[in-house]
Amino acid sequence: MDIPAELEAVIDEVIKHYPVSKRSASLPLLHLLQEHFGYITDQAIEWIAQKLEIEPVNVLELVTFYPMIRREPAGKHHIRVCRTLSCAMAGSYRLLETFCKHANIDLHARDHGGHLLKSPDGHYSIEFVECLASCGTGPVCMINDDFYEAVSDEEVPQLLQKYQ
Amino acid sequence: MSDPVPLLNVQIDGIWHQFPKGTRVIEACAQAGKFVPRYCYHPKLSSPGNCRMCLIEMGMPKMGPDKKPELGADGKPVISWIPRPQISCAQDIAEGMGIRTDSPLTRECRHGVMEFLLINHPLDCPICDQAGECRLQEFSVQYGTAGSRFLEEKVKKPKRIALGPRVTLDDERCILCSRCIRFMKEVAKDDVLGFVSRGGHTYLTAYPGRPLDSNYSLNTVDICPVGALTSTDFRFKMRVWFLKETKSICTSCATGCNTVIGARERVIYRQTPRENDDVNSCWMCDYGRLNFHYVNSEDRLTAPQIRLNGTLETSDWGPAIVRTAEELGRFRPDEVAVIASGRMTNEELWLARRLIETLGTPHHDVVPRWGEGDDLLLNADRNPNTLGAQLLGVANERPGENLARIVARVRAGEIKAVLALQEDLLEAGFTAGDLNRLTFLLALNILPNPTVEAATVVLPGAAFAEKRGSMINAKGRLQRLNRAIAAPGNAQNDWEVLRELLQQLSGTAGPYVIEDVFKQIAGTIPEMRGLSLSKIGDRGYQLEDVEDVPAAPAPEPAHL
Repeated sequence: MDIPAELEAVIDEVIKHYPVSKRSASLPLLHLLQEHFGYITDQAIEWIAQKLEIEPVNVLELVTFYPMIRREPAGKHHIRVCRTLSCAMAGSYRLLETFCKHANIDLHARDHGGHLLKSPDGHYSIEFVECLASCGTGPVCMINDDFYEAVSDEEVPQLLQKYQ
Repeated sequence: MSDPVPLLNVQIDGIWHQFPKGTRVIEACAQAGKFVPRYCYHPKLSSPGNCRMCLIEMGMPKMGPDKKPELGADGKPVISWIPRPQISCAQDIAEGMGIRTDSPLTRECRHGVMEFLLINHPLDCPICDQAGECRLQEFSVQYGTAGSRFLEEKVKKPKRIALGPRVTLDDERCILCSRCIRFMKEVAKDDVLGFVSRGGHTYLTAYPGRPLDSNYSLNTVDICPVGALTSTDFRFKMRVWFLKETKSICTSCATGCNTVIGARERVIYRQTPRENDDVNSCWMCDYGRLNFHYVNSEDRLTAPQIRLNGTLETSDWGPAIVRTAEELGRFRPDEVAVIASGRMTNEELWLARRLIETLGTPHHDVVPRWGEGDDLLLNADRNPNTLGAQLLGVANERPGENLARIVARVRAGEIKAVLALQEDLLEAGFTAGDLNRLTFLLALNILPNPTVEAATVVLPGAAFAEKRGSMINAKGRLQRLNRAIAAPGNAQNDWEVLRELLQQLSGTAGPYVIEDVFKQIAGTIPEMRGLSLSKIGDRGYQLEDVEDVPAAPAPEPAHL
């Protein structure tokens, strides 16, 4: 696993923010490595553990606890649909199904904390996530880093068109 | 002198008690005879408060407008109860605190916690090793409800996982108390265990390639309140309720961890640590714990043997003792050497010392046994009773110092007879050739070894779990071994064998019971004056200044 010097410089800077316990830098480091590599490999877990002088199991605990930490690459475009209460009541479950239908993703492959749902060509991946912080305008979703509010089923094909 | 710890008034189930400041609520309740059930709490570990089993009702004195506690008709503070239940494991008592351990609310809490804990539990008690000593079982009976409202599918989790070479994990039985994780992190300092995934799917694991292989790993099995962590060695061997438990000590190093030996009939099935804060807290090392299988060995020596026309023949005790005494009578005192063992009890060493005196030989020692120690419990001295051997004058300040000289004298033909007491002479620096050079060789032992095979007379002794007696650990603590099982076949307690030999040699009567042997020691060795075997107690007795004790002077040889 190659960590570029610039990334390691950022990591070293982040670690300095936690003078009491380096362990607290575990999550920020996971985010940085996921941003860089796209997902978290075993090597990444072991690298972080070594960097923070903790046991790899301490990092594995976090990786498996937080759904936003991925163990495998996402699709070319990653969709996040909010499933928390306001969005759920505003129709996010149906929205998730609609996205899956148009993106050719098999929703039934979902399991607890398991693999990422992906279209067979790897073009799209989708995740049902907790609150995206816009409860007044549900159902909301994110595609990559773009945020969409009050998404209707009809809009879905158009939205996907934008991400080819 | 520091100030005495102040006593605080605490009301438990309506009765006022006093406890020293700093007492945990859960401990105060137990001391007041109101045991509060718990899974995650362990007095030797940190308190994460995650199992919620120890929920109680708590309150503090009601304060009047003058900011003083309002007093009731009985003159005691009126308690203002906190409406929600509190965990009792993570909080210290406070002045005027009120606790209810048996209210409708606490009972309901326990019902609820038990119901949740059993939702995903496999309920495989009939084949679970923990059954019979399982907190989940016991608290189900005491604090649970008989039925379950759970109709859904149970979560499936990893089973039969070898967490390490000695510990097997069943994640479905785990209730996520985290005692094992905290033990490995806080006590064993080897933070290899963790919980992965989340919610009802959470399970215990070690990181792939980082097994739970610490020398203290089996303590996690002891503190696991359920059957999730089991000893790979003990697993499926015996239902625990059939085990007869005998308090003893571990004899694998000079720490002398306090133990409980679990045996059924003539077989030892396990050895577990017994709490003693002066010695081993609640722990023991895996090496010591598992070092008992040789006692159950098929190869145990079960009858005396005498060499007749070059071959060892099975014998009764009488002829074997008589033959030994006759043979020994043919040598001058300095032609005889006694190689004893730091694994012998004080009582055996005392009689060995008497034997040395009776024979009048200046040549005696024990075989030192050094290994690698650690910072926790394992002592580098693998002999459990080196201090005893020194105090009783069988070895000097440097145990093993005389061995080379003895071997040299054997090679020079000056020493012709050797008594090997619970030791293989090959470990004392002898070669097989040296053994053959001897005119007479006595082997008192429990298992065959080259010394036994070369011996003129073989006397079968008893293993540590087969006898009473005492030993002194590296810190000068006098501790007791107790007999868990009978010695196999015709084998005898070593102290009785030595007594028979002494009687035969000296023509005088020896002590009849082991208590009398100890009395003789207590009457002679100043450090043990006034003690008796029963006075030592289950938790041992700290001897004063034993390190300063000079080794007893070597007996004057009758003629050199």
